[in-house]
Amino acid sequence: MIVGERKPIEEIETAIGGRKRVLLLGCRGCVTVCNSGGEKEVAVLATELRIAGQVNKKVREIYEASIERQCDFEYIEPIRDQIRRAEVVVSLACGAGVQHVAEVAAELDSPVQVVPGLNTTFLGAATEEGIWAERCQGCGNCVLEITGGICPIARCSKSLMNGPCGGSSEGKCEINPEVDCAWQLIYDRLARLAKLENIERVIPARDWSTSRDGGPRKRVREDLRR
Amino acid sequence: MKSGSRLERLLEAGEFVITGECGPPKGADADKVRKKAEFLDGFVDAVNITDNQTAIVRMSSIGASAIVAQQGLEPVMQMVCRDRNRISMQSDIFGAYALGIRNILCLSGDHQIFGNHPGAKNVYDIDSIQLIDMVRRMRDDGKVQCGDDIDGLPNMFIGAAANPFGDPFDFRVVRLAKKVAAGADFIQTQCIYNMDKFKTWMSQVVDRGLDKKVHILAGVTPLKSLGMARYMAKNVSGIEVPEALIKRVKGVPKDKRAQEGIKICIEQIQQLRETPGVHGIHLMAIEWEHRVAEIVKGAGLAPRPKVPAQT
Repeated sequence: MIVGERKPIEEIETAIGGRKRVLLLGCRGCVTVCNSGGEKEVAVLATELRIAGQVNKKVREIYEASIERQCDFEYIEPIRDQIRRAEVVVSLACGAGVQHVAEVAAELDSPVQVVPGLNTTFLGAATEEGIWAERCQGCGNCVLEITGGICPIARCSKSLMNGPCGGSSEGKCEINPEVDCAWQLIYDRLARLAKLENIERVIPARDWSTSRDGGPRKRVREDLRR
Repeated sequence: MKSGSRLERLLEAGEFVITGECGPPKGADADKVRKKAEFLDGFVDAVNITDNQTAIVRMSSIGASAIVAQQGLEPVMQMVCRDRNRISMQSDIFGAYALGIRNILCLSGDHQIFGNHPGAKNVYDIDSIQLIDMVRRMRDDGKVQCGDDIDGLPNMFIGAAANPFGDPFDFRVVRLAKKVAAGADFIQTQCIYNMDKFKTWMSQVVDRGLDKKVHILAGVTPLKSLGMARYMAKNVSGIEVPEALIKRVKGVPKDKRAQEGIKICIEQIQQLRETPGVHGIHLMAIEWEHRVAEIVKGAGLAPRPKVPAQT
């Protein structure tokens, strides 16, 4: 899933500024699953803003809404009127959702600004309750079959393809004793799978054009187009 | 001869070589480079010029290497994968060769989080093994990484690092074999304090016949103080300082500890000379360049041999 993290209240306050009618918009997709931008988090933010408003003596109307997915125009369409009534929308979706809602809001007769309520952090998974960890960088050319299902691009601090570097110590990465060395994990996994030969040959330089380095990416499925 | 560098010629002649190390200054003062290098002149066969080590901004390795070369010392230009993509690296290799640099050491590089710009973006377009492969193909096949022809070959003598103290230990010799397969001509190891572990690793190297394919230079760093010994033991991942060594430094009066560090270093060099497969020493006297002569003389390795005529 896409993992997000709520921005500090001060930053959201600054982004709202003097605007009075505020729509807080949650997303029921990934950010609901990772407890950062769903209906519950919208309610929490609304309360925080109301308290802050009382303290700072700001008169504000705060509206709450959540939709199935902010990254789909189909779900944004039904809340067009709610967006229209607001002076500013705080989207608690990932960066993709914020941009989709912003596109709709900017095209209204009197355009409405959409500001992010989250920082989109990474593509990851829950490792235990309350902990999410990065697992994928969306590089566009998956190598997990070579590395035993552990991604060196996302999980090695240097994205090494022929690791581990000299900084791997007792299973940990040189950057921080809290960070696992991805190549130690890969080595152990491949040893378990009796596939160590996978990493005994030199893995050549990658073609990064499938990644963000090739420019913004787009995928077209002609069979699904109307 | 691949490059004809002094380092290559001495190694090919079977000499036990010594490489030194110089960290360029945190600024643009060429005299600072010259002064450090002067201490090494006549006591090492070549000198590594680090590339923004520990990710702290310093004079470029290529610039400092060129200064050292003008002085008559032979540089080993270090190049890390952290800061440059393949376009920039290959371009710098052309430039370095044109400036008279003949040895390159290919490294991953310390992560930028350790340095003075932890907010910098890192590159890692290619890793150190892919860099070795790229430099070898530039030299031997006359092609840049994309396959285009090169006009004027950069005939570099290619080095790589090895850390026998990194984990997983059993993979360390495999990683060395990969570096050799990619095209490394010489290897400089991480500084060795745990001699037993190093010897175990070396026996794996010899068992695989890798010492016949690549010249291994064993890394040593004299301990300047008890603080340094403790720091190396605790804070530098991939370095092992045995407790017995720390005790030995601690066991002498404070004003004699530097001398003891030098004594230890000389003993280590003697042990390494007798270790099968070791073809030389990489002496990293960190901010202690002025003590290099003493160590080299003490180890009976001065004066340095004359460079054999190129064949």
